[in-house]
Formats: sequence, structure tokens, C-alpha cells
Amino acid sequence: MEKTVRETIKNIIKNHLTKKRGKVFGQCLTAVGWVGGTLPELYEKDGMIELSMADVAGGGIVAGSALMKEKPIYVIRYQGFNWYNCPMIVNYAAKSKEIWNIPCPVFVRGIGMEGGIGPVAGSSHHSLYYRMPGVKIVSPMTPIEYKKIYSEFMKDDDVYYVSEHRGSFNNKKEFQNNISNNNDLVIIAISITRFAAIEAKKVLEKEGYKIGLIHILWIKPLKISSKGYKAIKTSKKGALLLDDDYVDGISNSIANKINIKTQKKIETMGLKNKTAGAHKNVDNLPPSVKEIVNKAKRILSEK
Amino acid sequence: MKINKFDIETFKIASLCRNFEIKVFEAIRNKKIKIPVYLSGGQEYISATLSNIIKNNLKIKPLIFAQHRCHSTYLSFGGDKIKLIKELLGIKGGCTNSMGGSASIHSKEINMFGHDGHMGTQVPIGIGACFTSKKPTIIFMGDAAAEEDYVLGALGWASTKKLPILFIVEDNNLSILTEKKIRRNWDMHDVARSFKMKGYNLNDNPKEIFKYKKYFFKEPMLLNINTNRLFWHSGAGIDDPKIFDRFKNEKNKIGKKAKILDEKIKKNIDEIWKKQLEKL
Ligand SMILES: Cc1ncc(C[n+]2csc(CCOP(=O)(O)OP(=O)(O)O)c2C)c(N)n1
Ligand SMILES: [Mg+2]
Repeated sequence: MEKTVRETIKNIIKNHLTKKRGKVFGQCLTAVGWVGGTLPELYEKDGMIELSMADVAGGGIVAGSALMKEKPIYVIRYQGFNWYNCPMIVNYAAKSKEIWNIPCPVFVRGIGMEGGIGPVAGSSHHSLYYRMPGVKIVSPMTPIEYKKIYSEFMKDDDVYYVSEHRGSFNNKKEFQNNISNNNDLVIIAISITRFAAIEAKKVLEKEGYKIGLIHILWIKPLKISSKGYKAIKTSKKGALLLDDDYVDGISNSIANKINIKTQKKIETMGLKNKTAGAHKNVDNLPPSVKEIVNKAKRILSEK
Repeated sequence: MKINKFDIETFKIASLCRNFEIKVFEAIRNKKIKIPVYLSGGQEYISATLSNIIKNNLKIKPLIFAQHRCHSTYLSFGGDKIKLIKELLGIKGGCTNSMGGSASIHSKEINMFGHDGHMGTQVPIGIGACFTSKKPTIIFMGDAAAEEDYVLGALGWASTKKLPILFIVEDNNLSILTEKKIRRNWDMHDVARSFKMKGYNLNDNPKEIFKYKKYFFKEPMLLNINTNRLFWHSGAGIDDPKIFDRFKNEKNKIGKKAKILDEKIKKNIDEIWKKQLEKL
């Protein structure tokens, strides 16, 4: 039977603890819910390690564990907590190999979620890691993508920031890029926006537009196939890049890279430049299908 | 005072550190060293005593985590002198390949892990390393680093997990030039105790430090060791020429034997430095 992303993560973690004798660190892991059902019901004796609520110290403890060649998994229940969790991951774990030739690989599970959760916890915060050297950033949204990323990590000796999203946990499907040439516009999507991008593409195609679609799994290093670049290059209006983080995070930066490679205009959409409120009408959500369609149409109608 | 083998051995290690730092001091003054340098001079009796107890007496090779003022830690625990000189001078073959400078040195041979330059990070990182490896671990921090929120949070966790860690606060009473009494009204040994681990306040007299040997690596313990920084926070200068100097004090106590040993060690260090300086 096909597995969801949730079940896939849970199996990977179970295997990491029982077969690989690795460790998983985080806060409130063994409580009801088991982090959205992504953890097996295992405890400290099995390697499921409850950190205290000292968030900054917790990141350091995990970095120290990684120095001992254990390849720890670090669960960050809401990506926004990274402001307190990432300091020693990016300043120590990510630099250790370069400075001391001592690899310090951590698999950071940053879990995104939004909608009614207020000003700090919600959305994706992968841009926090993006500016730092020594970190690889990925955002798997499908079971196969997740498996691939984990096995790459186990072969590698770098820090991985895995930008997850709760909105993908029920997903069983794999996604296909649509990178034929001569599109009107190409949509490039990251994280949870990939789901809305698929729907937006359908709406726009119904209206007669030819739309390409590129799913970004590897944010850093940015991986787009040469066919993907060609699809952007041969498109009429360039591309629209979507993200679940602020546009002044990574999306404008990636857009610039793609622009230099393709000489095409790359527009971006992500969180609006405002703080998310708790209630629906003051929230700050990733671009919806409607918003993507509207922006795409505006781009398509430009002379 | 009765002088025993332990005193002599500790003195030899401290003398190595002191004479090394005097050469570093000169090299900064002569502009041979061009990077920020944090001299351990004045504080070397802490690492010298601990290394003598741990390496020679207990025969333990611990994981070592230190912070920016770490030359004496490195040298006391057996770090390669030439590699440190090369590191400071920026010559190829330095202990950290010119990436670490003075503050971020490391040595695989002695299990000393590098420091990233953010004071106090070595505390949670060392705790994580100990938790995972279960190896005896020694973590050094300054009296200022000890105030970092992430240090305090991490200490609590280490106590909860009953890890075999020796926490050493090298308390020179200063954060750069700001005295402890301006920064806080509490003491680290009290903090340790309230975290339910052993915590003691003592000075850097080797006989004092030796008293706590029986607790080393049996459970988490914090020793707040009062000491004096002889030189500037960074670079080659002297803040207070009248400050108490433990090394000189011990040398006088031991007497003639110490003088002879010190001269011999000085000569050796001078020669090693000379050879490396010629490469510039
Ligand atoms: C996170 C962080 N904040 C501030 C500094 C700047 N800083 C460098 S050394 C220092 C004082 C360190 O004092 P202490 O820990 O007592 O060690 P000492 O220099 O006295 O040996 C400060 C504040 C730093 N390196 N890291
Ligand atoms: Mg100090």
C-alpha cells in the first residue's frame, strides 16, 4: 500500500533509531501526538532524547552529539523556533568541517505550518539557514523525496536543513515537473506552495495559457535540471517563483540566480511583508491558488 | 611546605605554558603575530594541575572543550607546541590550518575540540558530545561565558542526565575589562548546586584543586576556580603589574629546583620558537 509522507518519516525515524542506533533529539517528542504522527512511539532508552526547554542550548547539545559521529536527527516542531534553535547548528555544526576538518552532520527537521498560529511560530523559515555556508537545504513534500533526502544525508557528512510542512504529511503522490519548451510562463515552487502551484497551473491552462512547472526539492545547492532552465529560457514571460517564507528570504535570491542563468524575468511570491496575526483576516499565509493565478495573469498580460 | 612529585610535575607543565606565552607576547609585540591573541598567562596553573591529575594520576584521556583563552589548555593536555606556533604565525601546518588562529584551536591527538568564538557554546556542545559518547569530558569556560543563557540551560540538562563532566570556570573576575560584581550578584558554584550538581568555589592553588580529584568524572561537577589574568584580554599588554601571579608564587615555594627546571624549559621553548620564526 502507498504510504503518506507522515508514515514515511515515521518509518525512517524508526529505522534510524532501531537499525542505525542513531538518536533523535527534540522538545516534547514523546507526548501525545508524536509530532504529527511522524515519530514512532519510542523513548530515551531507544535513542529518542527529550531536550529541556532551553532552546538555544538544545541546538548546541545536538551539534555536540553530531561531533561524535552519530548523525543525530533534530526535530524542531515549528520552524519559527529556529531563531533559538539554529545558532549553534549554523555557527558550529555547519562550520566544523571547514574549520577543523571534523564533520558534524545534523539532520534538522524543521516543520512548517500556518493558519491561525500567530506572529512567530508559523510558516517556513529556511531562509534563516540559507545565508550560511556549510548547510544543505531541502524541502521534500513526497514520500520518495523524503526517502531520497534521508539516504543522501546518511551518505554525506554535511548539515541538512529539511524544511518540512505539515500540509504535506497526508500526501502520497509524487510530483512531475512540466518542463517542455515554449511555455507562456513557468511556475517554480518550493515547499507547501507546490500543491497550490499544481492547482494554479490547471486553472491557467483551462484559460488557454501554456504553463510550465518546476518543483524545487534542493534549495541549497539549488538544483534545477538543464531542461528546467531551458524551459524558463524559452518561455514567453519568464517565471514566477513561490515560497512559504518571506520573499526577502530566499526567493528573491534564488530568482536572481535563475535570472542570471536564463536572462528572463523571475517574479516572486511568498509571505507578505507583515506579521501574521492570530485571526483569519490578519493572518499571513503562503500564496493561494487564486493569488497565484491573479499574479500569473498580470505577468502574462504585460506587454 | 612539603614539595612532592605532583608539585614538580604540575610546575613543569605550568612552566611550559608560561614560557610559551612569554614568547607569544614577544611575537605580538614584534608584529610577527598579526591576529587577535588571547593569552593564558597567569591562569596556567588551572589547566596544568588538571592535566596532571587527569592524565598522569587518573590516566584518563577526556574529551576537551575550551573557549578563546585556550593555549594553556592545549599545551597542558599535550597539544603539539610547534603546530600551535605555526597556527599563531599563520605558517602552513598549524594545528587548525590557519583557520582557528588563537581562539579556535583544536587537536585530534588530544581530543580537544575547536571553539567557534561565541563564548560559552562549548558548554552545550561538550555536553552533547559527552551525552552521546559517554566519555569523560572536561569543559572550560570563563566567568563571563558562564553567564550565557545557553550555558545555564545546558548545565541543567547535564545535571539531569548525570553526565561524567567536569565543568571548570576559569574565573579571572573579568569579562574583557568588566568586573563580575558589575555584571551579577550570584556565584557559579551556587548555580551548580541549585542544579543539583556538586559545585565548589576555590582558588588556583594546585593543592586546592587536587582535593576535588575524587569526584572527577563520577558525576557532573563544577569548580569555579579563581585566578588572575596577567595580560590584556587580547594582545600583548599588562593591565595591572601588581596582580598576584600563581606561577611565580609556586616557583618561589618550590625554590631552587623550580628555577633550574624553569630555565631548562624556557631554553627549549625559546629554541622551538626561534626555528619557526626563521621560517617567516
Ligand atoms: C556570544 C558572544 N558574545 C560576546 C562575545 C564577546 N566577548 C569575547 S570574549 C568576552 C569576555 C569573555 O570573558 P570570559 O568568558 O570570562 O573569558 P576570559 O576572556 O576572561 O578568559 C566577550 C564578552 C563573544 N565572543 N561571544
Ligand atoms: Mg573572565
